[in-house]
Amino acid sequence: WCSQHDWVEDMSAPAYHLILEGILILWIIRLLFSKTYKLHETYKLTEKEKEELIEEWQPEALVPPVSKDYPTLNYDVVTGPPSHKITINGKDCINFASFNFLGLLDNERVKQKALASLKKYGVGTCGPRGFYGTFDVHLELESRLSKFMKTEEAILYSYGFATIASAIPAYSKRGDIIFVDEAACFAIQKGLQASRSLIKYFKHNDMEDLERLLKEQELEDLKNPRKARVTRKFIVVEGLYINTADICPLPELVKLKYKYKVRIFLEESMSFGVLGDHGRGVTEHFGVNIDDIDLISANMENALASIGGFCCGRSFVIDHQRLSGQGYCFSASLPPMLAAAAIEALNIMEEDPDVFRVLREKCKHVYNALQGTPGLKLAGVPVAPALHLELERSSGSRESDMKQLRSVVDYCMERHVALTLARCLEKEERFLPPPR
Amino acid sequence: MATTAADGNLKPYLRKNGVKREHIGKNGYHNHKEKNGQGTDVASRCHKHEPFEQAPMYVAVLTYLGFGIVTLFGYLRDFLRAVGLEKCNIAQEREKQKDFVPLYQDFENFYTRNLYMRVRDNWNRPICSLPGPVFDLMERVSDDYNWTFRFTGKTIHNVINMGSYNYLGFAENNADFLKTVADKVRQYGVGVCSTRQEIGNLSIHEELEQLVANFLGVESAMTYGMGFATNSMNIPALVGRGCLILSDELNHTSLILGARLSGATIRVFKHNNMQSLEKMLKEAVCSGQPRTHRPWKKILIVVEGIYSMEGSVVLLPEVIALKKKYKAYLYLDEAHSIGAVGQTGRGVTELFNVNPADVDVMMGTFTKSFGASGGYIAGKKELVDYLRTHSHSAVYATAMSPPATEQIIRAMKCIMGKDGSTEGLRRIRQLAENTKYFRSRLKEMGFIIYGNNDSPVVPVLLYMPAKVVAFAREMLARKIGVVVVGFPATPITEARARFCVSAAHTRDMLNQVLDCMNEVGDLLCLKFSRRKYSPQPDLCDETDFELDS
Repeated sequence: WCSQHDWVEDMSAPAYHLILEGILILWIIRLLFSKTYKLHETYKLTEKEKEELIEEWQPEALVPPVSKDYPTLNYDVVTGPPSHKITINGKDCINFASFNFLGLLDNERVKQKALASLKKYGVGTCGPRGFYGTFDVHLELESRLSKFMKTEEAILYSYGFATIASAIPAYSKRGDIIFVDEAACFAIQKGLQASRSLIKYFKHNDMEDLERLLKEQELEDLKNPRKARVTRKFIVVEGLYINTADICPLPELVKLKYKYKVRIFLEESMSFGVLGDHGRGVTEHFGVNIDDIDLISANMENALASIGGFCCGRSFVIDHQRLSGQGYCFSASLPPMLAAAAIEALNIMEEDPDVFRVLREKCKHVYNALQGTPGLKLAGVPVAPALHLELERSSGSRESDMKQLRSVVDYCMERHVALTLARCLEKEERFLPPPR
Repeated sequence: MATTAADGNLKPYLRKNGVKREHIGKNGYHNHKEKNGQGTDVASRCHKHEPFEQAPMYVAVLTYLGFGIVTLFGYLRDFLRAVGLEKCNIAQEREKQKDFVPLYQDFENFYTRNLYMRVRDNWNRPICSLPGPVFDLMERVSDDYNWTFRFTGKTIHNVINMGSYNYLGFAENNADFLKTVADKVRQYGVGVCSTRQEIGNLSIHEELEQLVANFLGVESAMTYGMGFATNSMNIPALVGRGCLILSDELNHTSLILGARLSGATIRVFKHNNMQSLEKMLKEAVCSGQPRTHRPWKKILIVVEGIYSMEGSVVLLPEVIALKKKYKAYLYLDEAHSIGAVGQTGRGVTELFNVNPADVDVMMGTFTKSFGASGGYIAGKKELVDYLRTHSHSAVYATAMSPPATEQIIRAMKCIMGKDGSTEGLRRIRQLAENTKYFRSRLKEMGFIIYGNNDSPVVPVLLYMPAKVVAFAREMLARKIGVVVVGFPATPITEARARFCVSAAHTRDMLNQVLDCMNEVGDLLCLKFSRRKYSPQPDLCDETDFELDS
């Protein structure tokens, strides 16, 4: 009984220790088994609440209502062919409004070729280029265009707008840098948006501004050389700008290209078939070597009076678009009738280079004649076939400016001269050009 | 059928719709919500049968193995080219520009250099006749393993065309049929040289738009010069930031591009899977925009009528029911289905007996069934008026070419019967017959086919990359032109050949194609199907009977 006593004495820790430890153990057990309090459970909606939310939710109308007298709702209706004499809203006018620069729209030879092609091929191609949509006329037109422009290869698109809008995203991806002129047309803007690259705008035709941006970029590159080695840089300009009707300074651009190692994409929709001694565009106009430009894109809807567009350049550059140009791979090819018409138009252009000189004379004539119009300011260069007349003094609101210009157009149409307001989407344009 | 049967048969039908048995009264009446289930009318029953049979396991293994071997060889050849042992055939950068940042990354072009180049003689085959039921191919050979082609100058005549989208056979050059088109060429010329809003709106365009609206049974329509551009330029006009787009997994590139350009949030639901779509709709309406939880401005569901790579048809009644419940808007792209399905060629709305006014935006193209080019958008007058003023295409892009417009007018009048003949209806019936015959024969032979029984797009699964190429070459040797597609247009293990049946194909042509398919199928071991199909149509479909079990 002595050892028993010792054992009890040894074991008798202070009572409060035991009680404390007991309480601690009980607490731990409680914590283990109590429900954990998740914060986001309070946000979970019950089924009933979900039903209520679905009932209550009212989306916006699919489209906002358009008032009846919205200026662009009612189009002017043209009956008959839109050639030099045009019947618009019932009135016969001389056509100063469409882009039919060389007058090939109602050329008999072009029509005959189109008819012959119609007899042979029908109208549509019923397939994209990859799946039996490639006709021999397409191949012929591509080789003729590349020969005409003195490049290695050309690629054909079935719609002018889609040409540059598919070409830019094929080369420039997220992380690349593009320097664009502020006055770039809408198709280029869509191409830029689709490419998700970093876009830097420089002031219109301002080479110092562009050089400043390029210098900034160079400094950035020095900070991070590894990234700079994989970042592609492009300059996108137009030969003859649709929005301002003037020409880009190409020789300076080429100098900048080699100095800062950027590639040039040139959009020649308005200048193809207009500038240059043989109609080859702004490269011929300035005498620049065509190999210096990486990609030239143009649409055939202006001077060539057909539909569609093309890109030309070296095979190294152009061949890539055959697999990655979205408007090329995923869209039906150009109807062969239109391609045949374009080939014949090219033939006519090649046979008679004098027509370009004649066009230039006429443009100068019109430019000089319109110079002194009171109240209206002329925008553009003398060789541009599409000129803009803007109001000298703006009334402050775009709407009333447009109304006034519309009344000018109506007045002209009464006197049998067809003009048109240059259209643009006000909310979508990045740099809104003034009303004209 | 269920409604005329006795009570005993009615209850299981209702039970399937999620209503408990105790809630159903004696006469079948109940006032609880029913789940969206199968429709009871004939239309929705027949068109749900879309088997997507899986291939046996060894096929998938061999496919991956094939790709693996080709990739290894690709690396080997790249190495040889870098070392200089093999000649480099691709175009190179200019000497002057060698120190520029390279235009293409090496790995971006790996696939093109090493896989596509070896087999690219199966695509971009040039033809030199009209793309009718038979055509003439230009013969081209390659002396250096497909790096360059040269034309021998000979043509391969009368190759049967199973690749062009010529569903109603309007790709024809019959002088009588094309008389009005030729007149328009003489009168208008070929181009327009201006945009719709400026001076390019010809009276012939307005005539076409009236006709399209009549054809589809909607209030008004607007047409554009290019089908691809119709999608990519009008979706941004309809939705913008703060809106949600729910698009199907297998939507066409133009729809994806349009959705991206609009700036809206895009969520993708599984192909034709209504549960996935409903879940997303519910979550979108209840939770709102991602971080701010503000309600969405609009929800747009974007689906296609017939999907061009699968041949499957959208489950239109279910989508419309969901759209009505959650107040979303529906954009239906009928590029392949307009003119090709439906009793009178009006597309999937007719196939499913759905009111066209239920679809908010109906879009389609004229390239496939009408043999011209261009696209349209149709719907309520407010929608089309808004697009006339705000669509990118109307403002910046050229109008449609007059002869193409005339071709569409002629084709549409023919389908509607307005030109006084029954030619249009005949073609539609012929197409339906051809489709049924072709599909049933292929299934009998033992090929795996995807898609709805009514769709004229018939994909035949080939799986392995080498077989795909061998198939295309063998069929060309037998004078049949087929279209084969592989990665990246399809999932990597599901390479396929896609046949487009046309109303212009005669029974003989189809039989010839089927015989060659049989031969080549045996030669290349392509008959993967493990189901047995009898040539007789099903006498009884077990889903029709509601047995009280």
